[in-house]
Amino acid sequence: MARIIVVTSGKGGVGKTTSSAAIGLGLALKGNKVVLIDFDIGLRNLDLIMGCERRVVYDFVNVINGEATLNQALIKDKRVSSLSILPASQTRDKDALNKENVGKVLEDLGKLYDYIICDSPAGIEAGAMMALYYADEAIVTTNPEVSSVRDSDRILGMLASRSRRAELGLEPIKEHLLLTRYSPKRVEEGEMLSVEDVEDILSIPLLGVIPESQAVLKASNAGEPVILDTESDAGKAYQDVVDRLLGETVDFRFILAEKKGIFSRMFGG
Amino acid sequence: MALLDYFTRKKEKQVTTASKAKERLQIIVAHERNSRNKQPDYLPQLTADILQVLRKYIKVSDESFSINLDKKEGDLNVLELNIELHDEHITD
Repeated sequence: MARIIVVTSGKGGVGKTTSSAAIGLGLALKGNKVVLIDFDIGLRNLDLIMGCERRVVYDFVNVINGEATLNQALIKDKRVSSLSILPASQTRDKDALNKENVGKVLEDLGKLYDYIICDSPAGIEAGAMMALYYADEAIVTTNPEVSSVRDSDRILGMLASRSRRAELGLEPIKEHLLLTRYSPKRVEEGEMLSVEDVEDILSIPLLGVIPESQAVLKASNAGEPVILDTESDAGKAYQDVVDRLLGETVDFRFILAEKKGIFSRMFGG
Repeated sequence: MALLDYFTRKKEKQVTTASKAKERLQIIVAHERNSRNKQPDYLPQLTADILQVLRKYIKVSDESFSINLDKKEGDLNVLELNIELHDEHITD
């Protein structure tokens, strides 16, 4: 059975789509069949981050309304053949999705793929609820910043009460913390919440720490998920996340500031 | 001045903005979790509706009314209403 993973956060702009794209592509590169679904109806962006925006013909809502088949709407990634993208609709209204029709699409996709990654919209409205409803696992994307942490905690509440697993009294959604835009230097200077601080507050297991990195913007400019930039710190950190999702034990990197020499510490620099 | 900073840095660390952020978050998150666990979404509306019905017949001030939904052991949920009635209500 396919693992359904929602990438969620509550707050916008923390890196849900960047993370969905990187993790989805990473899982596919490891030989898994992966489908990425953009749940942000009206504000589709996953296609742009994946670099397939020119190839969108049909979308998620077309499939739901029976205007296109899944096969017509799924876009096969040009880099990895085992990866597909189901884009969100750009024009339709958010009410197009409901539990029944989303459930049907996920069931059909579950027969074809090993991993279904649901890229959630921001907020706690219907779209975000739909993205998390059927999830088996949740990657709670959080920036080390007060409003993002608070919103993540609200989303954790939703995962525990509003999901299918909660409603049916099944084993709860497996929660993972993904800390993004992390700056070890600022943490060391006492200007940013540390990994431990955020873990303390949210008390869910840490899946990964993605350092603040110039590679992320470069990747989105090019439509190449940052995990493909294997030289970059963010790319490596996402690779670690993928390996951990696949059950490997990988040490956390990029969480300590680079040590300065004694001279530059004493004389500035 | 870097040399001086190096020796004074330890003291400054105790009141960093990060530690303030953590403290504020711990308080607000604990508070929000509490209300989340105790109250279902419909409780505020239910409270308002019950009060409205009660006030058709008797005077009830906000302070003399309380509503609580408690989870007891197992599947048992208890909805508890407390209405304080003053003398004037029970005269007739």
